[in-house]
Amino acid sequence: MNSLNRRDLLKGAGVLLAGATLPVSLIEMAFADASRNFTFAYISDSHIQQIKGNRFVRNWDRGLIRAVAEANLLDPRPDFIFYGGDIAQLGKKAEIDHGLEILSGLRDKVYYVMGEHDYYLDLGEYWRSQLGPDHYSFDHKGMHFVVLNSILTYDDWTHNRWSSGEERMGVMAGLDDHRGSPFMVGARQREWLKKDLAKVDVNTPVTIFSHSPLQKIFRNWNFWTEDAEQIQALLRPFKKVNVFYGHVHQIQYNQIGNISFHAAMATAWPWPYPQSNARAESYLPKLTVPMNRADPFFERDATGWQYIDIHSGNATMHFSLPDNAPRTVAFNPATGRPEDVKYQENRIPPQFHY
Amino acid sequence: MGIKQVTMAVLAAATLFLAGVHPAQADEFTTQDLELWQNQYQAAVKKGRQVFTDPGLGTNGVVCAQCHPNAANTHPETYPKFQKQLGKVATMAEMINFCIMNPLEGKPLALDDPRMIAIQAYITEERRGVPLAPGKH
Repeated sequence: MNSLNRRDLLKGAGVLLAGATLPVSLIEMAFADASRNFTFAYISDSHIQQIKGNRFVRNWDRGLIRAVAEANLLDPRPDFIFYGGDIAQLGKKAEIDHGLEILSGLRDKVYYVMGEHDYYLDLGEYWRSQLGPDHYSFDHKGMHFVVLNSILTYDDWTHNRWSSGEERMGVMAGLDDHRGSPFMVGARQREWLKKDLAKVDVNTPVTIFSHSPLQKIFRNWNFWTEDAEQIQALLRPFKKVNVFYGHVHQIQYNQIGNISFHAAMATAWPWPYPQSNARAESYLPKLTVPMNRADPFFERDATGWQYIDIHSGNATMHFSLPDNAPRTVAFNPATGRPEDVKYQENRIPPQFHY
Repeated sequence: MGIKQVTMAVLAAATLFLAGVHPAQADEFTTQDLELWQNQYQAAVKKGRQVFTDPGLGTNGVVCAQCHPNAANTHPETYPKFQKQLGKVATMAEMINFCIMNPLEGKPLALDDPRMIAIQAYITEERRGVPLAPGKH
C-alpha cells in the first residue's frame, strides 16, 4: 500500500470516528503491522579483485560465495536483497562481471548501491550499463526506500587531477591515501532527494541506502559523507528513518534524532575501528558495541553479511558472522535507539579495540 | 701491571686528552649526526610505506594497507606476545611474514631483508606515542 492510500484511509477513519464510537486503537490495529513486517538480506563490500585473466583473489571470492549460499538458505524468504556497494576492488569490468556472476546465484530480487571501487575507474559507466541508475526510490509494504550514490566528490578532484582513470581509482582505492577526497552525495542528488521525499507522507517510514555513512565518523578513511548534515535535514520531517550503509567493513550503529543508522559487515575483509589509528581524531558513535577483534589466522573472521527484520518501520539487524556468535542489534522503543540485544551493557574482551 | 705503571698510563691518557687528541670518540655525536640518523630512519619509514602498498610484495596483488589503513590493527607496541594461533611467544616480524604468506599468498622475507626492516619502521612510526605494552593481546 503506498503512502497516499494510507493517508486517504486515515482520513476516512476520521470521518468514521466522527459518526460513531469506533475506538481509535482499532483503527491503529488495522494498520498494525503484521502484514507489513518483512525481512530483507543485505550483502556488501566484496571487493572482487582480479589478479590476471580469469584469476581472482580467492579469499574475497570465498566471502561473497559464502554470503550468497547462506542468504539462499534464509527461511522464510527475504522480500529482496540489498547489495551495499564495492563489488569490485579496482572498478574493472572483469571484476564487476565476476562479482555479478557470483551474485547471480541469489534467488531473490537484488537492489544495488554503488561504491567508490565501482565508480572511480570509469565514473560508474560499466556499473550503470549492467545495473541501471545509481540513485532511485521505490515503495514496499508501506515503506519508502531510497538509494543514493554517496561516494561522489568534488568535480575538480574527479576531473582535473589524474592522468588516467586507473590512477584516480588507485588513489581512491587506498583508504588511507592522503591524496583521496571526501565522499559526498552532491547538490544535484540532494535536489532529486528533496523532490522524491516531497511525495512521501511524514508517517511513512523512510529507509535510505548509501555506500558511505550519512554521518561523520572519520574523515581520513571516508567513514564520512561531506554533506551528511544536509541529507539528515531532508530526513528530519519523517517519524521513522533508517539509514543502511556499507564501506566501513564493521559493525556500527547510531541514533541521531529520528534517524537510526546501521552499517554492514564486508564479505571481503574487516577494517580497523578508527580509534585504532592512534594519530588522528575520530568519532565512532558511543552507542556502537564493536565487532570482535579479527583473528588473522581465520580468513573469514570479522567478515559476514546480515539480514534485517522490519517491524513497524523499525529495523532489527542480524549479523551472520562465520565462527562467531551472531549479533543482533534491534531498535529499543523504550530508549528510542538501536541496541545490541546481548552486549549493549555487557561487552566481552574481544569487543575492545585499541 | 704495578700501581706505578697504572698511574703512568692514567697520566698519559690525561695528557693526551688535555692536548685535544682523542683516540676514541664512540659516544660523542653532533646535532648534524642526529639529523643524519633521523633522516636515515625516515627514509626507512618511507620505504616501508611503499612496501606496505606494493602489490608485488605477495603474488595476488593484495597489499598490507588494504586491511591495515595507516597500519592500524598491527599493534607493534604489543610484541613480543603470546600468539595463540602459533602456541608461542612471537615477534612482529613473524606476524608480518604470516600476512605475506597468507592473505598476500607470497614468500616470507628474511628477518634482515631491507623490506622487512622498512615495514617495521613504517608500522612503528604510525603507532608513535602509544606506550609500550609487550604481551598485551
